[in-house]
Amino acid sequence: MKSKVLAWVMGAAVGAFAVGAAQAGTLDDVKKKGFVQCGVSQGLAGFSLPDAQNNWTGLDVDFCRAVAAAIFNDPTKVKFSPLSAKERFTALQSGEVDLLSRNSTWTMSRDTSLGLKWAGVTYYDGQGFMVRKSMNITSAKQLDGATVCTNTGTTTELNLADYFKANNMKYQVVAIEDANQVRQAYDEGRCDIFTTDQSGLYAERLALKNPSDHIILPEIISKEPLGPVVRQGDDGWFNVVKWTYFALLTAEELGITQANVDEMTKSTNPEMQRVLGVKNADGSAAGFGTGIGLNEEWIVQIVKGVGNYGEIFERNVGTNTPLKIARGKNALWKDGGLQYAPPIR
Amino acid sequence: MTIASGTRNVAKVSIWNDPKLRALFFQAVLVVVLVLVAYEIVHNTILNLQRLNKDFGFAFLSRTAGFDIIQTLVPYTSASNYGTALYVGFLNTVLIAFLAIIAATIVGFVVGIMRLSKNWLASRIATVYIEIFRNVPLLLWIFVFYSAVRQPLPDAHQAYSLFGWFFLSKKGLMMPKPMFGDGAWLGLVALLAAIVGSIVIARWARARQSATGQPFPVVWTALALIVVLPLLGLAIEGFPVDWEYPALAGFNFSGGVAVLPEFMALFLALSLYTATYIAEAVRAGVLSVSHGQTEAAHALGLRAGATLRLVTVPQAMRVVIPPLASTYLSLTKNSSLAVAIGYPDLVAAGGTVLNQTGKAIEIVSLWMFVYLSLSLFTSLLMNWFNARMKLVER
Amino acid sequence: MALTPSSVAYLRQEDAPRLPPPASMTGLQGWLRQNLFPSIGSSLVTILFGALALWVLSSIFDFAFLRAVWSGADRQACLGENSGACWPMVAAKMGQWVYGFYPIDQRWRVNVCFVAGAALLAPMLIPSAPYKNWNVALLFLAFPLVTLVLLTGGNFNFDLATYALVISLMLLAAVIVPLAAFGLEEGIACNKAGLGLAGAAVGLWFASFLTGPLQTTIGGTSNSLISILTGLLLLGSGALSIGTAVRRAPRGGFVAAAGWAVGLAGILLAMLLLDFDFGLLPVETPQWGGLTVTLVVSITGIVVSLPVGIVLALGRRSRMPIVRMLSVIYIEIIRGVPLITVLFMSSVMLPLFLPPGTSFDKLLRALIGVAMFSSAYMAEVVRGGLQSIPKGQYEGAMAVGLSFWQMMNKIVLPQALKVSIPNIVGNFISLFKDTTLLLIIGLFDLLGILQASLRDSAWATASSAPTGYLTVALMYWVFCFGMSRYSIYTERRLHTGHKR
Repeated sequence: MKSKVLAWVMGAAVGAFAVGAAQAGTLDDVKKKGFVQCGVSQGLAGFSLPDAQNNWTGLDVDFCRAVAAAIFNDPTKVKFSPLSAKERFTALQSGEVDLLSRNSTWTMSRDTSLGLKWAGVTYYDGQGFMVRKSMNITSAKQLDGATVCTNTGTTTELNLADYFKANNMKYQVVAIEDANQVRQAYDEGRCDIFTTDQSGLYAERLALKNPSDHIILPEIISKEPLGPVVRQGDDGWFNVVKWTYFALLTAEELGITQANVDEMTKSTNPEMQRVLGVKNADGSAAGFGTGIGLNEEWIVQIVKGVGNYGEIFERNVGTNTPLKIARGKNALWKDGGLQYAPPIR
Repeated sequence: MTIASGTRNVAKVSIWNDPKLRALFFQAVLVVVLVLVAYEIVHNTILNLQRLNKDFGFAFLSRTAGFDIIQTLVPYTSASNYGTALYVGFLNTVLIAFLAIIAATIVGFVVGIMRLSKNWLASRIATVYIEIFRNVPLLLWIFVFYSAVRQPLPDAHQAYSLFGWFFLSKKGLMMPKPMFGDGAWLGLVALLAAIVGSIVIARWARARQSATGQPFPVVWTALALIVVLPLLGLAIEGFPVDWEYPALAGFNFSGGVAVLPEFMALFLALSLYTATYIAEAVRAGVLSVSHGQTEAAHALGLRAGATLRLVTVPQAMRVVIPPLASTYLSLTKNSSLAVAIGYPDLVAAGGTVLNQTGKAIEIVSLWMFVYLSLSLFTSLLMNWFNARMKLVER
Repeated sequence: MALTPSSVAYLRQEDAPRLPPPASMTGLQGWLRQNLFPSIGSSLVTILFGALALWVLSSIFDFAFLRAVWSGADRQACLGENSGACWPMVAAKMGQWVYGFYPIDQRWRVNVCFVAGAALLAPMLIPSAPYKNWNVALLFLAFPLVTLVLLTGGNFNFDLATYALVISLMLLAAVIVPLAAFGLEEGIACNKAGLGLAGAAVGLWFASFLTGPLQTTIGGTSNSLISILTGLLLLGSGALSIGTAVRRAPRGGFVAAAGWAVGLAGILLAMLLLDFDFGLLPVETPQWGGLTVTLVVSITGIVVSLPVGIVLALGRRSRMPIVRMLSVIYIEIIRGVPLITVLFMSSVMLPLFLPPGTSFDKLLRALIGVAMFSSAYMAEVVRGGLQSIPKGQYEGAMAVGLSFWQMMNKIVLPQALKVSIPNIVGNFISLFKDTTLLLIIGLFDLLGILQASLRDSAWATASSAPTGYLTVALMYWVFCFGMSRYSIYTERRLHTGHKR
């Protein structure tokens, strides 16, 4: 009662803005309000970035759209909340967002002590270094005495200290909260090195004055598995998000693309029929969508809406985009990468 | 209302209309409501912390920080603990606030006087400077100056150099650092002696002037003492001071003292922005001294300099000091904007600790406590100064 | 024997011819000599500052006009080795700087708010404009509601409980009606039953606080039982109070009761308006940004801080020790810490203070922080105004038998606030500039959105940042300078009263 009274008073005073409590059934809440509230970064090319028309694009953004497509058969039924590194987990914990898809590293302490759950790894990343080509540096081991620009408030700063200490090198760190100021500081020559997740380096390089003057060193000094996060204790919603991710991988593995998905539903391959929820002759479906509170055609909806994992990757960060990132660790397991989905059956 | 005591028939007043009882009742209600709200907040916080698996306490301050800080006035490495990191940030706050207050005061006084100058151009430029700087947010100035101390300057390898002692580049301003050798204590002793001597002379001069009216050049004597005595002290020991000159090594300069670009940007922005407020206070102060005072001083035969020093300034200061005090306070608080450009002050260091540990309540209350103490300290100091400068009335 | 002028030979018959002033004192030359080169020192100052001013002006002019790029589709246009300001970037980004990520086809809603706000504010600022009361009512009651509906899209879907709570609170407030109409003593005497019921309702409500922990075990039923009981008690109390007021002294009581009824109707109307579905596309606050957020935050901050500040200022001057102490503690703590820590508190700590599972909007959290902060400063401004009111005014008001609130409303505050107007405007200017700090807690105000658009690789050039800073600085400057001029104008206008 006590809490309720306060909640009422607050509700009356600020009813306009009060966001409903984070209840047990996020999936039901999402279905009721008609959209997914998705926490993304405040702007990182290739992952989540608004253009001049306010359309968000990027890998993280497309994952949110895939979840929306799975639930509503409409990838546009999603709203984005740009969050800073500092507030992202609080926003998820308090129910401000339903899903956090904001290049967040999966670590043990975060997974176990913050009341959060990682639903998968949509991008295998690692911390890297960017330097000017004119310095003729080929390895991070040559960086003794350099000045390093980085963001505060992430694991980056800690990895950096560890790496230089382990290699017995000296350095100076310019740590700035705002990622944009970090990039400007590096661009204007305040620092010799820019360090953050390698994907972030590729993205930030685009916004430099002369992107071609800079190279990204091959060394990776940490493991940064980035993925979507949900609240702990809501298994239904966790399943939806986790299996949306696996569905994207499975679709790529089976060669289902945005272009051929309709054709594929006519396939007689039982695995294909199972994945795409094709109805049997007697009208019962072999799929598993209803088991997680969605409908049988959920994977068709996802692929129609945003494509499979490979398509999302190539569209946002792949070799044909300005970022020019190769699949590498993010290739499917059968192509030598780490992306692996349990079977849908 | 109550009737004065002494009258016999005290009118019977309904308890509702007794102001004392009413006040008591009202305050009691207020206290009860506040206690309930406080209880609710504490209760919720405990529940929330439990839910998030967090505990409350300052024990985390002794855990290893793991990150580095670029400007440290006390020894600090990534192996130091969070407490030391916060202390380093605190010292950096005090440093920037102290230096920026001095610079802002100087610039502010000059501009304030300039605005009253009879020289048309000087007063116009002062006005334009004030109107431009105080009508644009400080944070924007900080960004602008941060850009300005990087973009036009050369790389470390092509740094502007002065005698090979000072170097100015995108990496900051490098200066030689004095390394005191064995016997340098004599210099320090001599400096202290000079300062004490100056104070004694100033007192004596004031007493003599009150008694006989004869002035004594206190400022020059004190300056001479402070410069000559330490030099003498060092000379006796044969100048046991070595200078460590900055030298280019690899990417960067090593040795010497580095003034970081972040520090320069924050220093410039804070002092130039705050100077406009000081200038306005100084102008108001000088204008508040009536013209008759200067005329009377001239009539008594005081020269322009003496008039300014003995008549105008002491009276103007009375009007200037109260706003000056609050300006200093706001400068100290504004130095927290350092977080935006990565100067490691208390808020920036605390923010990093907050991100690493998630101890939001502890860090925010620590910030508030430290700034509150700084504010109280500054206002005590200024109140003391104000009391000294106050008009002594009979 | 009169001494006529004509009788004295050496006396002049007519005025001496008026000579023109010496050439060195007139015209351009004279002006230059008097104002720029009166002495050697002054001349040196003139030359030095003249050169400095010329250098600054010419470099800005060179950057903003001579070397500027005026057209182009993306960064290619501004990549030139020596190119100055990149104006096409400003043209491309201006929409975002003003409206943030607000959907482009919905921007008209923001525009309507801007125009309505300006149209209502302008006559407020002109002292001679008529219909001030209506203007105030529209600006402070209707305008915020309309803005809220337009900007968010309305359709808030309050649940019934919220309506019930508001009506209950208004019913509780009804016990004040007889008190206000007949004074304390009589009001209590004639409405004992109403007051009793209200007291019982409040008691019951408190009881539900105390039994709080039990609720979890008993379940929701007793919960609603207590609510219904409280509601019934309040209904009775309200009806009795209003009835008494109207029956007892038809005139005075009726006016007070009508005031209460209008208040209730107004609040319910406002809630219905917010609740109604106008078919507007909902736009959540994360999509707001730019100048819109800067204006929303600074205006809301100042409007909220005025009443809170008045209460705090009165509290600080109160004779009740606890009230005074609490006000002083609040004011001095907030004034002693930087805004950034208050913002961090409201954005990081506030969610921890709320019941588990509740949260509210990020922008609203920032607004709470800003309002808390500026209230403390407003309290000091109002206190300054209060102190400028001579003691005789208080004594005179008390002597004619006004109550505390009558004295404040009719005598003291009107004068005190009038004197404080310049300082209130000054406060608003600093609040307007302080909204830039929102970017540190991750909101996109005008400066924040500039930072965000500098990230866009389509416009990443060497001159993007300087161009952006120049434009945004100009926008801030226009607002702040305009307001400071207005403040000086008001100061002059108000000052006449004190001149003898």
